[in-house]
Amino acid sequence: MSSYGVFILTAYLCVFVVLGGLVIASLGARSRVRRELAARGLDRPRHDRTRQEQARGAAR
Amino acid sequence: MADLHFLANPARFRRFSQRVLPALSLATVLAFAVGLWLALLQSPPDYQQGETVRIMFVHVPSAWLSMAGYALLAALGAALLVWRHPLAAVMARAAAPVGACFALICLLTGSLWGRPMWGTYWVWDARLTSMLLLFFLYLGHIALSRAYDDPERGDRAAAILALIGVINLPIIKFSVDWWNTLHQPASIMRLDAPAIHPAILLPLLWMAGAFLLLFVLLVLVRTETEIDRRRIEIADLRASEEASERAA
Repeated sequence: MSSYGVFILTAYLCVFVVLGGLVIASLGARSRVRRELAARGLDRPRHDRTRQEQARGAAR
Repeated sequence: MADLHFLANPARFRRFSQRVLPALSLATVLAFAVGLWLALLQSPPDYQQGETVRIMFVHVPSAWLSMAGYALLAALGAALLVWRHPLAAVMARAAAPVGACFALICLLTGSLWGRPMWGTYWVWDARLTSMLLLFFLYLGHIALSRAYDDPERGDRAAAILALIGVINLPIIKFSVDWWNTLHQPASIMRLDAPAIHPAILLPLLWMAGAFLLLFVLLVLVRTETEIDRRRIEIADLRASEEASERAA
């Protein structure tokens, strides 16, 4: 590349940092929320949970 | 249109996005790999700008997507205020930071392209200033949607800002025609044929496609996360209500 290479590489580095940061932040937030859902037992479909709660109630 | 109504239900949207995300992720990675190869290695230097034209392959797609993202925010704002669409507020919250990042990339790469071509990183001309205003509108949308204790009020205030701010989009587009600016006039979206040689136009359009795929992917992931976050909030609220009922 020419003497302008530093501008070109910096521009691509900016894109990589901003978009890479956004991807990492988005996936990190997604996995955090999924862990919280799993901890509360909300990660399964509603009809599954209802059946399980009914079974638990009958057992009591 | 019927398909869009089908996705209005957050649970259905979630199932849809979980089906689509793996293929979309793969397509995005492949599109970026080919796009970077075309942009950095295959495309010829410009006869006037030389190698710096390679900055265009990331600058122009990010400008297009930041504007398209704001148009999406305005459409979602209208859907929220007029039809009280259940997914509009959720998706607007998810899309605003993505659009802001693309606007930031456009400003940074434009600045880095301006230095060797114009001799300066920044001038207060119409195109650059209106683009900076778009970035601030995104920041305002993000701040407003989180500024209230009641999220519904925040979403409505942000929707109003999105609808008011949409006036900036034609200003950005036509600023190079209405005022004397350092920025070059439109060379692709013109009434006649594009003024760019196909050897440079193809990598540009390919990179625009890759950026679009990434934009859609990020909005889907963040919308899904926002839906799940609201489910947790509702579950916590129900649990605290039940606890207070039992105590009473």
